[in-house]
Amino acid sequence: MAEPSQLSQYIESFVDSSRSPTQQAASLEAIASLLKNNQLTIETLVREMEGYLTTVDNIIRARGILLLGEVLVRLASKPLDDATIHSLIGFFTDRLADWRALRGALVGCLALMRRKSSGGMVSGSDAKAVAESYLQNLQVQSLGQYERKLSFELMECLLERYPNAVASLGDTLIYGICESVDGEKDPHCLMLTFHIIEVLSRLFPDPSDALAGFAHELFEILGCYFPIHFTHQKDEDMTIKRDDLARALMLAFSSTPLFEPYAIPLLLEKLSSSLPSAKLDSLRYLTDCTMKYGADRTAKHIEAIWSSLKEAIFTSLDSVLLFTPESLEGPDLPKNEFAAEALSLLQKLIVQNTKLFLDLIVGDEDISMIFNTISDYKNYHEIPLERKQRLNAVGRILFTTAKASQVSRNRVFECFFSRLMDILGLSARNSSGQPYFDESILISKRCNHGALYLSIEILSACRDMIASSETILAATSHTEETWKYLLQSFSPALTMGFCSAFICSSEGTHDAATYIGVKGLLILATFPGGYSLISKTVFEKILVTFVSIINEEYSKRLSWKLALKALVEIGSFIERYHESEKEPSYMDIVVEKILSLAFVGDFGIPFPLRLEALSDIGTSGRSYMLKVVQGLEEAIYANLYEVYVCMANKIHCEKGFEEVLLQFAINIWNQIENSTHFNASQTNKKGVLDVMMKAMKLAVANCSEEKQNIIVQKSYNILSSSISFPLEELLLQERFQIAQEVDNNSSRDEWVLSLFAAVTIAVHPQTHIPNTRSIVSLFMRTLLKGNIVAAQALGSMVNKLDLKSTRGQTSSDCTLEEAMDIILNLSLWIFEKNRSSSIQSKMISVHDTGLNDLSNGVGSCTSLQIHAILGLAWIGKGLLMRGHEKVNDITMIFLRCLQSSGRAGISHQEKSISENNYKLDLHSSVMKTAADAFQILIGDCEQSFLFRASAHVVIDTPLIVVLSDTKKIIPMLLDGLSALSNDVVDKDVLYSLLLVLSGILMDKNGQEAVSDSAHTVINCLVDLTRYPHMTLVRETAMQCLIAISGLSHARIYPMRTQVLQAVIKALDDPKRAVRREAVRCRQAWASIASRSLHF
Amino acid sequence: MVSGLINANPTVYEKKERRVRNESAVPDEYADPEHPYSLEELKVITEDAIEVDNERSYVRVTFTPTVEHCSMATVIGLCLRVKLMRSLPSRYKMDIRVAPGTHATEAAVNKQLNDKERVAAALENPNLLDMVDECLAPSYA
Repeated sequence: MAEPSQLSQYIESFVDSSRSPTQQAASLEAIASLLKNNQLTIETLVREMEGYLTTVDNIIRARGILLLGEVLVRLASKPLDDATIHSLIGFFTDRLADWRALRGALVGCLALMRRKSSGGMVSGSDAKAVAESYLQNLQVQSLGQYERKLSFELMECLLERYPNAVASLGDTLIYGICESVDGEKDPHCLMLTFHIIEVLSRLFPDPSDALAGFAHELFEILGCYFPIHFTHQKDEDMTIKRDDLARALMLAFSSTPLFEPYAIPLLLEKLSSSLPSAKLDSLRYLTDCTMKYGADRTAKHIEAIWSSLKEAIFTSLDSVLLFTPESLEGPDLPKNEFAAEALSLLQKLIVQNTKLFLDLIVGDEDISMIFNTISDYKNYHEIPLERKQRLNAVGRILFTTAKASQVSRNRVFECFFSRLMDILGLSARNSSGQPYFDESILISKRCNHGALYLSIEILSACRDMIASSETILAATSHTEETWKYLLQSFSPALTMGFCSAFICSSEGTHDAATYIGVKGLLILATFPGGYSLISKTVFEKILVTFVSIINEEYSKRLSWKLALKALVEIGSFIERYHESEKEPSYMDIVVEKILSLAFVGDFGIPFPLRLEALSDIGTSGRSYMLKVVQGLEEAIYANLYEVYVCMANKIHCEKGFEEVLLQFAINIWNQIENSTHFNASQTNKKGVLDVMMKAMKLAVANCSEEKQNIIVQKSYNILSSSISFPLEELLLQERFQIAQEVDNNSSRDEWVLSLFAAVTIAVHPQTHIPNTRSIVSLFMRTLLKGNIVAAQALGSMVNKLDLKSTRGQTSSDCTLEEAMDIILNLSLWIFEKNRSSSIQSKMISVHDTGLNDLSNGVGSCTSLQIHAILGLAWIGKGLLMRGHEKVNDITMIFLRCLQSSGRAGISHQEKSISENNYKLDLHSSVMKTAADAFQILIGDCEQSFLFRASAHVVIDTPLIVVLSDTKKIIPMLLDGLSALSNDVVDKDVLYSLLLVLSGILMDKNGQEAVSDSAHTVINCLVDLTRYPHMTLVRETAMQCLIAISGLSHARIYPMRTQVLQAVIKALDDPKRAVRREAVRCRQAWASIASRSLHF
Repeated sequence: MVSGLINANPTVYEKKERRVRNESAVPDEYADPEHPYSLEELKVITEDAIEVDNERSYVRVTFTPTVEHCSMATVIGLCLRVKLMRSLPSRYKMDIRVAPGTHATEAAVNKQLNDKERVAAALENPNLLDMVDECLAPSYA
């Protein structure tokens, strides 16, 4: 048990309103934790608090009750016995009458009401007592915002958790709620209010119940909130948004059918409001309410709803139809949210009250007016804007109606479709079974765009409905339906109609005509269910029409695009719905024709268009893809380059066509195997090879390992059989004369090799590469001839090879170690042409062997060396990426190369190497090695090329690496600076080196390192202030001197005179920038000891 | 020192936009000891009032005090001289003058500014040197 004195301290500190809020909260938590840990019983607490709970001081009593309430909130999960709960709830119920201490009472009631059944709940009779006290004592609207919220929460809790207990209060309850919610304005409270009314309505579902008498009154309270007008600023109330409130109100509106006589007229009235949000809300509420009130109640208002809705749709839809390929397929929903809502409401209403609503639509004057005047305008563009909007709206209404249900579809077909056919002049032909009109007379009639547009809407609704529910088709196939009969009989004629819209378009060249024609044909072609609705001849005629457009009308961009898009849609439709009957026709007519485009050279269609057609058709389905890929392979010789570009792009975007990719890769190899020489023109060759490799890489990389193994095996076979020298001999040759062999390979070998390299680069690490040793040496040889791809492949191999030998290893395989041995041996071989002694031993003792010998060994093969170094760089990259220690060896080889090649031209190579390496996050250890090595080298021979080489290494190293090892680098840097300052050609290198030095000087650690050798650095910089070849060098040197003036006084003071003399000379510099820096420098140095300029 | 400002509300002019030139250092950024504006903004010094002869190593600066009885004229002149001393090679001879007819004690000021003994003596005075350094500080930024 807790100390009573401690407890009373806690209580005192909470009740005392002069304490800080944190103190109060802390004491509250302390009391709660005492109770939770059973160190204190509620009874003891209440006894202890007696004085506070009953005092006549309002403030202290309020705090006391609040404390008890808050404690109970924190004990929500602690089990309490029924007697305690009963007495507590009794207490709080009484306290509801105490308006001065109301908050505590509300909090306490809520805490108790919300308890879970596991820990003891308030009994039903107690809840009823709470409700009675609530209704009797609380004047909710006269309370503050927070208390109002609490009271509403309490009421909500009562209604939700004790419905039976409070329902027995009947009229009193409803009246009390009406009274308490009337006039509420706070959004938080409103959310609760709306919910309370919703729950209340659920409580009295029976129309004869008590609620009926209050429905009008309740709705008066609710109705004035609609439409929600939310004036709160955004940042003020982040938790509640307008939409939340609107939804809550909507639920309240639709909570009981009793609101129907009041709600629907109000909503219809607001539908014609000018406020967009109000209109949108009205529609949503209408949707919700009509669904919940039920068909009978809605039927009373059906005419009013229809006329408002019609008006809403007419005014809200866009007046302009889009005629772009993008809108050809797809849901084609209006972008306007309002219109979309309206149409969805329409559809729901039709489903709900089919008969009544259909009568309204069929008998509607506006719609018939549109039908009557539709033939006034032949061309879509002639129709005035307002009429267009109406036409569009009628189209959408018919679409929605036809889509709503079976019955409505029949009705639409009966009433409107046949009328449209009449207008188009198609029914006359149909009635007699054969055409007796002259075709040409009809064409003008058939080109009625408005009528065609409406037919499209009806047909597409019909098609969408069938497509969305395939079962319906099966179920209704035996019942005789009017719409099916009509559709079957009219489809050939309609096809003609749409085709003629097309033909007309060639005269008038209007987008609308083309679009309508294509869309109509597309919809007819994509009716599901095999040939039961649309006959085979019609389907094939449509396909033929499209293909002929593709073939002939490529100059008309839009119609060509539309036709292609339509074909793709048909293709994917067949694939999606497994229309096996239609597939052969599609294959024969479309795929074959389009494929033939790839071969025919003199067709006149621009090649990119042909390829676009091909690849688009290919994407429409799996089987076509296979076909198209085959076709593309055959077309390779026709136009290699573009085809591969197309191919590479396609592989990139297609996933999951593994079989196809395998097939593609194998086929490329087959072709290479079969062809003994290449006829690709010389100029195009390189580009083709590159793209081919890219396609090959992508294809292989997207395959799984087994597939990759197949490809690798295949390619290896071709490689070993076709390369003009046998692979096995490679290893046996100790020394071959690369220099003489350069460029005696045929171009075919190069292709085979490059493609094989591409495969090697793309395979997964687990994929087995046969005869690794020979391959490694082959690549080595090739890279020495300057084939970068081979170098990359080698790097990739080194990166992927196993460290340890695996079980099923044959003698031809090798581990990374062995591969590296081969590589290192071979590359060393270049530099030691006339030495046959063991190379391996040399590798280990780099520093000891005669450096002079190595540098002599280079001889004349400079290009060879460049290739070797590039190759090594790629191998080094491969090793670096797996973090292998052998990279050190590679670095050693670089250093020796650098050392052994003292020509000016070498700087180019060095650059590429250092770039390749240092960009790859080269470890600072390598930098250290390099610095060590260079120091050794520089100590031996005084040649400027070495300085240059070391300079390149330093320049290309990230500054951070340099800074970590400044002490070692500074001497090297200074030697470099003074050595390079003699020659004009080195000025850029010198400048970069100087920048490194200035970088060091700007860094804190760097400054420390520099201060040790301050006098040498200063000497060097002083010399550079006279550097004649580059202004930037002088300027930077001056800046460095300024930076140095910040070093420790004792170090630099002796140099002061020397620096000032140099700077005074620089004041006379021909360049302004230098003079400016000189002034600053002079000032900085002059003020070190005194401000006098004299020294 | 001076109590209260002699010219409390001077006319402020726009600084001339100048491109990078190949001439000697121009004292464009010196602060007026009395105001937070630079001398150029106050038109105490203009570019036209500076005459440089590189061959004969000669510079002449003519400045115009804001008011006739400006007590700061000598300080301005001293600042100009120090700045030039610090910025120009020692081969230059400097001549600093008040524009004719713009100052009450024109001759005295001119004499004082071009007397190297008196300038040296002035720079020995730590108060004065502090003031000069403060004025010149922005020009080294």
